[in-house]
Amino acid sequence: MHDLTATTALGGTTAEVRDFEGLRISECPDWALASLASRLGREDEVAAAAQALLGAALPGVGACAGDGPVTAFWIGPEQWMLEAPHGSHEDLAARIKAAMGDAGSVTEQTDGWVRFDLEGAGCHQVLELMCNADTRRMDSPAATRTAIAHQSCFLIRRADGHFSVIGPRSSAQSLHHGLIEAAYSAL
Amino acid sequence: MMIDHPLLGPRDAQEFTYLGDASLIDRPDWQAEDAVDQFHDYLYLRDNPAGEHRELWFHEVGDRSWLVVTRNTLTHQITSVELARDVARSRGRSK
Repeated sequence: MHDLTATTALGGTTAEVRDFEGLRISECPDWALASLASRLGREDEVAAAAQALLGAALPGVGACAGDGPVTAFWIGPEQWMLEAPHGSHEDLAARIKAAMGDAGSVTEQTDGWVRFDLEGAGCHQVLELMCNADTRRMDSPAATRTAIAHQSCFLIRRADGHFSVIGPRSSAQSLHHGLIEAAYSAL
Repeated sequence: MMIDHPLLGPRDAQEFTYLGDASLIDRPDWQAEDAVDQFHDYLYLRDNPAGEHRELWFHEVGDRSWLVVTRNTLTHQITSVELARDVARSRGRSK
């Protein structure tokens, strides 16, 4: 086995955490992602298999579902992104594919994205500078996709003062820079 | 300009990209006898109305669905927004 060093999307060996007054912006590398799409006419089979996997029904438009290790958020018509801790679910896509069979299309997404969490009362002030989404009026939990720092990102409200921004991993530095700049400006 | 997405509600036009006339949905049958003529018309002939126009928009920075937007080319007023999937299916296209 090669002696390789794992690095995060920002290139460090540990996750980058930055603290501001009323806000913590932290890189979250420890999450596995996989996308799921129902195939035409197989929607009911996918819904049933997902119910067993998530312990909840697949979420509707703009919603999130699941309170176990695997959770899901809506990304488009008949399409969802599933999240789980990387430590226990590194093979998330394979597990979902095994559950769905031919009824759904599953794509490994873990290393395509970078996740930054914004926690604290200042998150709205930063996000209203960064994107179109009306974060104060979003349900909790809820998910949407919008442009942040000129990039197409998922924005998930996990709790009142807790948002996740999931953006393209190859632009992680630019996205992080944008969030940090906005935090300096707003807080 | 705002586009009232049928699933997500009003979204800024900067989240969308424009493709063109919604007649692009009606792709001819490539196995038809006169397929060459049909494809000529499909590719090159467009109406250019001063008024109501049905056109395809892609929600690129959003849920990435294709929409059929009915827009008045004189006023830019948008009177109807439908999922292109639903429009295609209503015309007997399901694949």
